[in-house]
Amino acid sequence: MRKSWWKILCVVLLVYTVLAGLLLPVPALRQLQETIRNLYFHVCMWFAMMILFTISVVHSVNYLRSLNLQKDILAKEYASTGILMGLLGYATGAIWASYTWADPNNPAFASFGSIVREPKLIGAAMALLIYFAYFVLRSSIPDLDKRARVSAVYNIFAYAMLFPSIWIIPRLLPSLHPGREGNPALNFNDIDARMRMVFYPAVIGWTLLGVWITTLKIRLTLLTEKNWLNAK
Amino acid sequence: MRNRLLTLFFFCMISFLGFGQGNETVEMADKMRSEGKIYVVIAVILTILTGLILYLVRLDRKISRLEQSGKK
Repeated sequence: MRKSWWKILCVVLLVYTVLAGLLLPVPALRQLQETIRNLYFHVCMWFAMMILFTISVVHSVNYLRSLNLQKDILAKEYASTGILMGLLGYATGAIWASYTWADPNNPAFASFGSIVREPKLIGAAMALLIYFAYFVLRSSIPDLDKRARVSAVYNIFAYAMLFPSIWIIPRLLPSLHPGREGNPALNFNDIDARMRMVFYPAVIGWTLLGVWITTLKIRLTLLTEKNWLNAK
Repeated sequence: MRNRLLTLFFFCMISFLGFGQGNETVEMADKMRSEGKIYVVIAVILTILTGLILYLVRLDRKISRLEQSGKK
């Protein structure tokens, strides 16, 4: 095993997240109550996803500058872990929402349609679908160099769409998802100092976990694809 | 008439009582905490987390071994 300080940091931070996240006091909010603790898990998934997608696009740009196929592998693996984090964020959000703001007893939510119309959910779904398309595009081009080049360019476009679809568009439309006016979980006014002490370490911890998983996948891919990578 | 006014006042007060309570006390899981059941939840989550981390560590070791054997 490759021993790195950040792997230990990752484990320490995640254990701290669970312990402090469930034990430390949180503000008593009328609608969220104890579920506000989900901030350390659900929101962290999205932050980890954004950071992983950012790393991915940096590698794509690096690929276009150097045309080194290893960079393409890096970009692909970071994007796939980012998608995993996004899917987990979506799934946890669905559970959390159905017990808080998307209350089935609320007549406004009597129809499935009113939840589906939620801009934050549509935006997140769009962002994820754009990244799914990245993988569809990759697998549809058999030629290695062409695949790497086209998908690197696509990755830049996908990244350019990520922030409008999850941050900007949901904010222009009426939404019940918390944190519409401002930066949810980043705004110093709506997140308690006690919660920030857990939230920031949690984001770092979950992101490092994503990076760890990705480095394993990259090393495995480099091993299996060694033959043609060295042939170049 | 006086009785009616009194009853009206009484019901108004009751509604204020309810209003005040709704705003001030937010029902948190204090009972679960005082009974110590929260530690059961923590134990379960930590077990899952350790399982996942151990799995990652094993994978990491295996891949390192593969990398070593590939170099020779």
